[in-house]
Amino acid sequence: MPYLVHTEEDRASMLDSIGAHSIDDLLVDIPESLRIAALDLPDGLSEYETMSQIASLAARNRVFPDRLTFRGGGVYRRFIPAAVAAVTSKPEFYTAYTPYQPEASQGTLQAIFEFQTLIAELTALDVANASLYDGATAVAEAAMMAHIHTGRNEVVVAGYLHPEYVEVLRAFGEGRGIKVRQGTTPGPKTAAVIFQQPDFLGLLVDAATLTENAHAAGALAIACVDPISLAILAPPGEYGADIAVGEGQQLGLSPSYGGPHVGFISCRRELVRRLPGRLIGTAHDKQGRRGFVLALSAREQHIRREKASSNICTNHSLCALAASVYMTYMGPNGLRQVAEVSFKRAHALAERLAKLPGWELAFPDRQFVNEFPMRVPKAPAVVRKLARKGILGPIEVQRWFRGLKGVVTFTCTEVNDAAALDELVAALEA
Amino acid sequence: MTELLSFEKSRQTANPPRLPEADVKAPDPSQVLGPDQLRKKAPGLPHLSEPEIMRHYSRLASMNYSISEQFYPLGSCTMKYNPVVNEVAAALPGFAGLHPYQGEDTVQGALELMWRLERALCAVVGVERVTLQPAAGAHGEWTALRMISAYHRSRGDNRTEVLVPDSAHGTNPASAALSGFQVVEVKSGPDGRISLADLESRLSPRVAALMLTNPNTLGLFERQILDIAEMVHATGAMLYYDGANLNAFMGICRPGDMGFDAVHMNLHKTFTTPHGGGGPGAGPVGVKAELVPFLPTPTVERTNGHLTLDYKRPRSIGRVRSFYGNFGMLVRAYAYVVAMGGDGLTQASRDAVLSANYLRKQVENDLEMPHEGPCMHEFVASAQNLAHEGVKALDVAKALLDRDFYAPTVYFPLVVPEAIMVEPTETESKATLDAFAAAIKEIVAEAKSNPQALHDAPQNLPVGRLDEVAAARRINAYLQGLSEDPVLRWKGGEK
Repeated sequence: MPYLVHTEEDRASMLDSIGAHSIDDLLVDIPESLRIAALDLPDGLSEYETMSQIASLAARNRVFPDRLTFRGGGVYRRFIPAAVAAVTSKPEFYTAYTPYQPEASQGTLQAIFEFQTLIAELTALDVANASLYDGATAVAEAAMMAHIHTGRNEVVVAGYLHPEYVEVLRAFGEGRGIKVRQGTTPGPKTAAVIFQQPDFLGLLVDAATLTENAHAAGALAIACVDPISLAILAPPGEYGADIAVGEGQQLGLSPSYGGPHVGFISCRRELVRRLPGRLIGTAHDKQGRRGFVLALSAREQHIRREKASSNICTNHSLCALAASVYMTYMGPNGLRQVAEVSFKRAHALAERLAKLPGWELAFPDRQFVNEFPMRVPKAPAVVRKLARKGILGPIEVQRWFRGLKGVVTFTCTEVNDAAALDELVAALEA
Repeated sequence: MTELLSFEKSRQTANPPRLPEADVKAPDPSQVLGPDQLRKKAPGLPHLSEPEIMRHYSRLASMNYSISEQFYPLGSCTMKYNPVVNEVAAALPGFAGLHPYQGEDTVQGALELMWRLERALCAVVGVERVTLQPAAGAHGEWTALRMISAYHRSRGDNRTEVLVPDSAHGTNPASAALSGFQVVEVKSGPDGRISLADLESRLSPRVAALMLTNPNTLGLFERQILDIAEMVHATGAMLYYDGANLNAFMGICRPGDMGFDAVHMNLHKTFTTPHGGGGPGAGPVGVKAELVPFLPTPTVERTNGHLTLDYKRPRSIGRVRSFYGNFGMLVRAYAYVVAMGGDGLTQASRDAVLSANYLRKQVENDLEMPHEGPCMHEFVASAQNLAHEGVKALDVAKALLDRDFYAPTVYFPLVVPEAIMVEPTETESKATLDAFAAAIKEIVAEAKSNPQALHDAPQNLPVGRLDEVAAARRINAYLQGLSEDPVLRWKGGEK
């Protein structure tokens, strides 16, 4: 019981002060028939034993080196500056609660305010919120915003949106009365057109035209974007999208078997009142000093209860902090460098892979940034062969898209150095 | 102490390269992509050197209260010590380095951990299965309601209402509404517990579920829980357990035995994963057998020691987030369960109840106690006895901040005027509880001698009370197009 503080003497003296004989005297409201004798769990362990047990579980997993990981699909290996962990491991940040008392939470509040500004800048939209759980729930929350804003109850998913995001969107939509339709043409019932840029396969979509078509039908355009790509690609604000959402894992978070990561959402000024979750704004005290507070909380569940537009209470504050440190460390130049190096490495790799016998780009006419689909003979054998060489190879997308038989997606980032590309190609040639 | 925004410190030249060159032969993006595909204006991220960045965040950190430095008696939030070994466990490369789309054979340890955590949570709350997918408590509530909805529909039963007590956390009605239900409120009786007469009058074949926290948000155990369960089940509705207050009775009793059909848990409360300044958390949901077919996909299955992810669940409500949940938080929670064991978890809850009752006793003559004790792991007091001095619960909260304590939850639950909700948890020593009680006494005395000092609190923090009303006005002006200062982000100008 390593984390308890009371000694038997403390307990006795506290009971004495209460006027009770035992802790059981305090539990009299619990019906006797409900009491259990003990939990069906092993007894507690020392830290040493606890860590040995956990470490032995960790040892049963296979970790592929960063530089030999060519798998993406929504989670990517990236260089993470030491500054990120140095900040997020400060107990003043990671052991604080949601900043309900602003005067004693200025550190968290200011950091989130900076996060909101960073995301708004990156997506070129007016306002971003304090973060969401992940990219998938961010898409679903954006669809809800569009549903409320337009009073329409259908969303159109255009192209290859991450299949797990679509699944989450469907599950959310079912409760909220929003229908999800796959297609490209919005109709009079369409609240929003949702597209991913680059899409799940890594391909660039015609975001400007999709946005235009959505607007022509009176629907909103929701762009699900890769934050790193925005250092080189036109951001949602530049092509007129109304809401930008995305997954922020690449901004300084480890893959961690899929979480915790961070979702982000930003929008045009007209939609700010529909944003889910926390929003931080500036305020001043009597002496005129600037501080930061939770703002527009009248939208939220703790005030509006069943009339709230979202039930979000917690966000992913610490992950948003990691993303802020990452973006601040990189700055506009560093972020552009990350995107460009990844772009070049991926294009170099694609060219070499396309020369392998029987291999070809699955969509040779389409552009990509740093993830791309190849059509290959015997995809499962390719993945297995690479694994034997210690390489985490591509994703077989047929798992989600039956029409894409034999198509695999490779990802390249700044951690896949030139020698790693050589190793990958050599392993495939062998 | 104040700290400029990173944007305000930015200097164009202070942004050195952060990476080596690409070192491959390949074109630049501008050679491959069309002008319409390329970004026109660079994003306005700050340009800063690493030393400046580290100083910036260290200073921000020092402007926070946190459980590592302060007593955080925030009722209903279970701010207990976050074991440092949990952080070490989650950062092990064997966990942190796993890609979610690795083959099952390469992640047997991760799946085993999830399976074991599921079994442990089942044991603590008394259910058949648990989904670890929901990312937070509210997310778990909503997931549970989706399952309850699917269950009723699978029986051809169209139920449209969810009952929620008036003392419930705001996420309960919000989650129910977002799951497609109409919310019907059930009143509390004068003793702070749910009114059985009112419940009886609200129950009907339209009701899909009653959402309940036990002990309730007043820190009181619903003594008639077995009668409540019988009444609810007799009408074909389900009973949902909000796990906010699970820290009150681990190893003492179990929601499953009380008759709850679905139970959500907050790993960031009861199971010590850190709150992170507002997430990430994790909100697993446990269910009885009749709801198992509706669990989100995938589930983790174990056959002859081999672990798999099961996606073939035709009656599942689908997926509620990407991948498998906040895995890193699951590792932390599992480390806690292993370290504490069944005996430790039980003693934790017993100590939490002891601490709450002890602290309640220490301040019972200083603040009003609207309900009779004993309480469970938290208690709700009221600052109404200070009203004639013009002192509010908020003033007490701010005065506590000045005395180096975080504030209790105030103005919640809504059914108690000037509510002050205190949850000390089992990881605070008697000395800390005594110091807190002394601070309350001092504040109550000051309410009589110098109430203005309380209205002016806090004085010892980076900022005093912030004018949220003026802030809201400025935001409205922006949203109405009357001002170009968004207030919700930095946009140059004023410092």
